[in-house]
Amino acid sequence: MESLAALKRHPRAAWVGLLLVGIALAALPFALASIGTAWVRITNLALLFVLLSLGLNIVVGFAGLLDLGYIAFYAVGAYTYALLASPHFGLHLPFWVILPLGAAIACLFGVLLGAPTLKLRGDYLAIVTLGFGEIVRIFMNNLSQPVNITNGPQGITLIDPFRIGEMSFARTDAVLGLAFTGPIKYYYFLVLVVLVIIVINLRLQDSRIGRAWEAIREDEIAARAMGINTRNLKLLAFAMGASFGGVSGGIFAATQGFISPESFVLVESIMVLSMVVLGGMGNIWGVILGAILLSFVPEVLRYTVEPAQRALFGRMLIEPEVIRMLLFGLALVLMMLFRPAGILPSAVRKREFERKVARR
Amino acid sequence: MDIFLQQLINGLTLGSVYAVVALGYTMVYGIIQLINFAHGEVVMIGAMVAFTVITAIAGANTGLPPLAIVLAGVMVAVPVCMAVGYTLERVAYRPLRTAPRLAPLITAIGLSIILQHLAMIIWSRNPIPFPQIITVVPYHVTGHDGGATITNVQIAIIGSSVAIMGGLLALVYRTKLGIAMRATSQNAVIAGLMGININTVIALTFVIGAALAAVAGVMVGTYYGIAQYQMGFLLGLKAFSAAVLGGIGNLAGAMLGGMLLGIIEALGAGYVGDLTNLCQLAGWSTAIAERCVSDPNLTLFGSNYQDVFAFLVLITVLVFRPSGLLGERVSDRA
Repeated sequence: MESLAALKRHPRAAWVGLLLVGIALAALPFALASIGTAWVRITNLALLFVLLSLGLNIVVGFAGLLDLGYIAFYAVGAYTYALLASPHFGLHLPFWVILPLGAAIACLFGVLLGAPTLKLRGDYLAIVTLGFGEIVRIFMNNLSQPVNITNGPQGITLIDPFRIGEMSFARTDAVLGLAFTGPIKYYYFLVLVVLVIIVINLRLQDSRIGRAWEAIREDEIAARAMGINTRNLKLLAFAMGASFGGVSGGIFAATQGFISPESFVLVESIMVLSMVVLGGMGNIWGVILGAILLSFVPEVLRYTVEPAQRALFGRMLIEPEVIRMLLFGLALVLMMLFRPAGILPSAVRKREFERKVARR
Repeated sequence: MDIFLQQLINGLTLGSVYAVVALGYTMVYGIIQLINFAHGEVVMIGAMVAFTVITAIAGANTGLPPLAIVLAGVMVAVPVCMAVGYTLERVAYRPLRTAPRLAPLITAIGLSIILQHLAMIIWSRNPIPFPQIITVVPYHVTGHDGGATITNVQIAIIGSSVAIMGGLLALVYRTKLGIAMRATSQNAVIAGLMGININTVIALTFVIGAALAAVAGVMVGTYYGIAQYQMGFLLGLKAFSAAVLGGIGNLAGAMLGGMLLGIIEALGAGYVGDLTNLCQLAGWSTAIAERCVSDPNLTLFGSNYQDVFAFLVLITVLVFRPSGLLGERVSDRA
């Protein structure tokens, strides 16, 4: 963070920089909307993945606990929102009630998963969290009997959009001659949430808690010897990561208007993990970069691979979806082999990987 | 009682497949303390290759006996899987042997995705059916008609997995390679000083595990009559749970764990519906009683929760006895 320190010496430059970034962020959706509304939606999805990656980064990057079932918390948040704001139960609570509630319930699930697995070592933990994610999905798929809670594989439809007073996020409003479409409103909301979570993350990283997590990640026994309550802090990491997942899940449900268990499969967990790993575990900016890169890859592929294949072979041989997954897999392997600390590595991680000591 | 016996037989069949796959996990874990996450994918590739060969031979009308055709499938699948196993070790695990623990696990996940999607490109998204060459003959176990039965396929699966386990135990405890493997697992550095080529031994462990996976792939494919590019994932997870249940790193434990898990799953899936049938509570609540009139099978959890049992077993074991049933080594922390 030398650059930040340098900026602190030039406060005016920092303010101008922030202002420029702010203007760019504010203008971006209108620039995208002029290409096509689809791109605003894609950007929103990318922002959701930024949220998810930042949440997972707390668990994997800060505390060093490999969580392969992270998408379960996303699912919990999404289902909380969907059940409380859709005709399924006839409930239509406002989003500022449900989002914190979703975060709290996801947090509870995080503790539920964390508590029995605290003693487990890294790779065991990975498998157990993976199993946990699958259990949550199996339950979502089957909890339509005997009492219909999740509506099974059909999922829940007609989920309410966000509403602030009379303003619905599903409608287009014209303000000062600018058309604020639904996706653009969600964009601003998402940017706001992302900024808040970035600030929380930055403050956490440099706090007593953040340093304790780092110590646990580096050497748990030594951390305990230094008087760190490893059990509570690991639980806290799970809970915080989970609650971020819960919030993003709620927003996801509202933006899509429809959710089903199919959105919460293992592959999604792995995708979020790839974003964290690719960008640089433990480095907030790296993780954001990873999330944005990997969210736009499938879209870029859709617009390049399909026409390219049609032009070359006359038909589509390999679907872009498959190519995307192959690229994800390849990215995970190659990153670990050649740049294990990520594109933008955190200083500590970099040192750790460069040291290359056997840690068994 | 007949149902119980039938579930037991089905569980034992599935359990012996789990056991063979679990051996692959446990061997690799025993020697380099690594969870070979892509092992399930090797099983899938084994099944796919064998199915392709079997379908080709069966389609050619050679008049060969079914057993010979299936064996031919195995003979092709085993070397292919061995090659895949060796490649995995060489490309993804060996360079990371001294890296922090998360690194090889993440490469393994990446490889697992790659293998799955390559298989999808080669064999398509759709399930491949097993050609109808074996006539399934049920034998009565209890002596009277309508009782529990065991089919010739089930007998073959259980028999061959027991034979494989015997062979593996002999290999590990009776041969020079086995001694080298055990030495490496105890202390790789010292074993190297004693003149053992560690890299070869570790690579061979992967290759043997992959060969077992190929056989298991054929078994499970024959049993279910179907193979699909995603089949390896859940099977791998369950087999891993079995290995943990028995005590990971322990060969006998993997076998015991596999058998037990198969039985737990079969009995669980068979009885969870009856156990959680809400109609038993009809006397307590009129609302339930009313619904039970129209629907006597008002169950809380049906057999569609079958896949949950393996995970519950895994979590329970890890929480209460992380070293597994037969494992002596207390799971250490890193």
